[in-house]
Amino acid sequence: MAGTDTMDTMLDILLVWLLVGAAMATVMTPRILWSVIGLAVTSAVLTILMFRFDSPLAAVFELSVCAGLIPAIFISTISLTQRLSPEGMAERRREKWRRFGLLPVLVILVGVALMQVHIPLDFVAPPAAKETDVRNVLWHVRHIDLVGQIAILLGGAWGVVVLLKERKRAA
Amino acid sequence: MLSLLILVPLAGLLLLNLPFTPAMKRTAWAFAFTVALAQVAMVLVAPAAAWSQQGFLAQYFSFGLEAKDLTRVLLLAIGIVMATTLMVGRSMITDDRQQFNFVNLLLVSIIGMNGVVLVTDLFSLYVFLEVTSVSSFILIAFNRDLGGLEGAFKYLILSAVATVLMLTGVALLMLVAGGTSFETVAAAMKTSGGITISQMAVGAFVCGLFIKGGLVPFHGWLPDAYSSAPAPVSILLAGIVTKVSGIYALVRLATSVFPASGAMNEVLMVVGAASIIVGALAALGQHDLKRMLAYSSISQMGYIVLGLGCGTPLGIVGAVFHLFNHAIFKTLLFVNSAAIEQRTGTTDMNRMGGLGSRMPVTGVTSTIAALSTAGVPPLAGFWSKLIIVIALWQAHDYGFAGIAVLMSVVTLAYLLLMQRRIFFGKTSPEHAGVREAAAGVVVPELVLAALTVAVGLLFPWVLNTFMLPVGGIFH
Repeated sequence: MAGTDTMDTMLDILLVWLLVGAAMATVMTPRILWSVIGLAVTSAVLTILMFRFDSPLAAVFELSVCAGLIPAIFISTISLTQRLSPEGMAERRREKWRRFGLLPVLVILVGVALMQVHIPLDFVAPPAAKETDVRNVLWHVRHIDLVGQIAILLGGAWGVVVLLKERKRAA
Repeated sequence: MLSLLILVPLAGLLLLNLPFTPAMKRTAWAFAFTVALAQVAMVLVAPAAAWSQQGFLAQYFSFGLEAKDLTRVLLLAIGIVMATTLMVGRSMITDDRQQFNFVNLLLVSIIGMNGVVLVTDLFSLYVFLEVTSVSSFILIAFNRDLGGLEGAFKYLILSAVATVLMLTGVALLMLVAGGTSFETVAAAMKTSGGITISQMAVGAFVCGLFIKGGLVPFHGWLPDAYSSAPAPVSILLAGIVTKVSGIYALVRLATSVFPASGAMNEVLMVVGAASIIVGALAALGQHDLKRMLAYSSISQMGYIVLGLGCGTPLGIVGAVFHLFNHAIFKTLLFVNSAAIEQRTGTTDMNRMGGLGSRMPVTGVTSTIAALSTAGVPPLAGFWSKLIIVIALWQAHDYGFAGIAVLMSVVTLAYLLLMQRRIFFGKTSPEHAGVREAAAGVVVPELVLAALTVAVGLLFPWVLNTFMLPVGGIFH
């Protein structure tokens, strides 16, 4: 039994390492397509972690929206752009290194610092809600948030109209 | 009834954009203006029953909204500033298509702000803060010029940091409380408010709100966003958006959800005093009118936070009163700025002078707003600042009271300097043909100036009817 717990902990730690690595690759890679793939991998790993931490609803949304829909939209957009020239790519690579070269060191230092911090969990956590029906969560439990999300979507749509469509017309 | 404040703008937004109703697009401005005025009317004349969630809609929409006295003050300010923004926007945005886009984004913004002041759940509060922010990002970059895009980008990046902090706070509070409703969190804070993880959660959430409110030291985005946004958008941002997003949420949570503690009050007072000083001193050195007003906003929001940090009912009354007053007179100052920009094509005060004789309404109303901002009696700003200073004095915070008084003098100095540079002296040749702003700008100037004077003269009635109940609801 203790062996299983150790294995579970090891697996979680491995997944967190993978999550941090994929997130860093997303930021540091000079190719925008690889950035999108890095983002999708980050979300996919986060999905696995959410499933393992007993949050299936959050995991489903993370998988469908963050690992699925958003990268698909990004890749569709990238397919409409032109590739950088070799000189441009070399310049981009140098710029990325200038900006983010020390990021892995910083991440390790922050990790080491956080390991030194001991946060006392001196409270009894109330039991987590066990609602698994997504329809009930969205329509009854988080009713008002659904309205907020509709408003955000409409705001985003107007962002595209105002900032992208109009600009293209003006050009 | 409360649900209507969110559902009507949302339904209007959807109807106006249906593909088979092009004729309705021409009514977009009138619809949004009616929504704003109806909101003002609802706050002023609606009976108590209208503020409950009972009624036909409650069967279908269980939003969990609540309208306390504080909420009504904010709903009133939102309605007034929104109506002003629409009038100025109609006057300054001449292209029909652009104006339609502008109105749509304002409707998204009003949904967001009404949601922020009405919800009773921390996560819902976060959702509606994001609704407000999304519309603000786009509105700042509305003209697609470099300055606007840079201002929007800075706001976007710092808002993302605020988002991370607030979501972290919500997650930790959920861990401690088992839910995110204000009631649940407030109950959990009474028993677990002193534990480390609760304090971390409150600290993270409050820092997020400091960023949203543009308070020192998290104010980096605010001067760029205010000064680079189109004139009607600056009115909206300075008049109400940052107040609802940062300051109102802070007042609401600090007074009725998070536990009152000496440490928390100390932090609020230090941040408030720093904002007052940094904002006022930075405003002294500006030559761009909108940038100067932006720093002035930081300073005035510092007064609100200082009153809140005082922790007494009188301090809270002063904070909310100044919040409302600042919404009115800062909106007026930005409308004045829009009038000047409309007629001279610049906001650089070094290129102005002698405009008082050519733009008399703008000059007089700007003087009223400036004097009210500086706290000169008997205007509205005087009374709210006086209440804050008295509250600080009663709480034996003599140092902070001294800062509040001293910086009012600095405020008067930079605002009188502004008046002199813009409205007095000789008119520069390039502005020889300048005349008063269009009616769409002048009318809001007159209405807001009248409000500033009226609130000051009718202070006892305003205090007893609107403000004192605010101080009582938290105890």
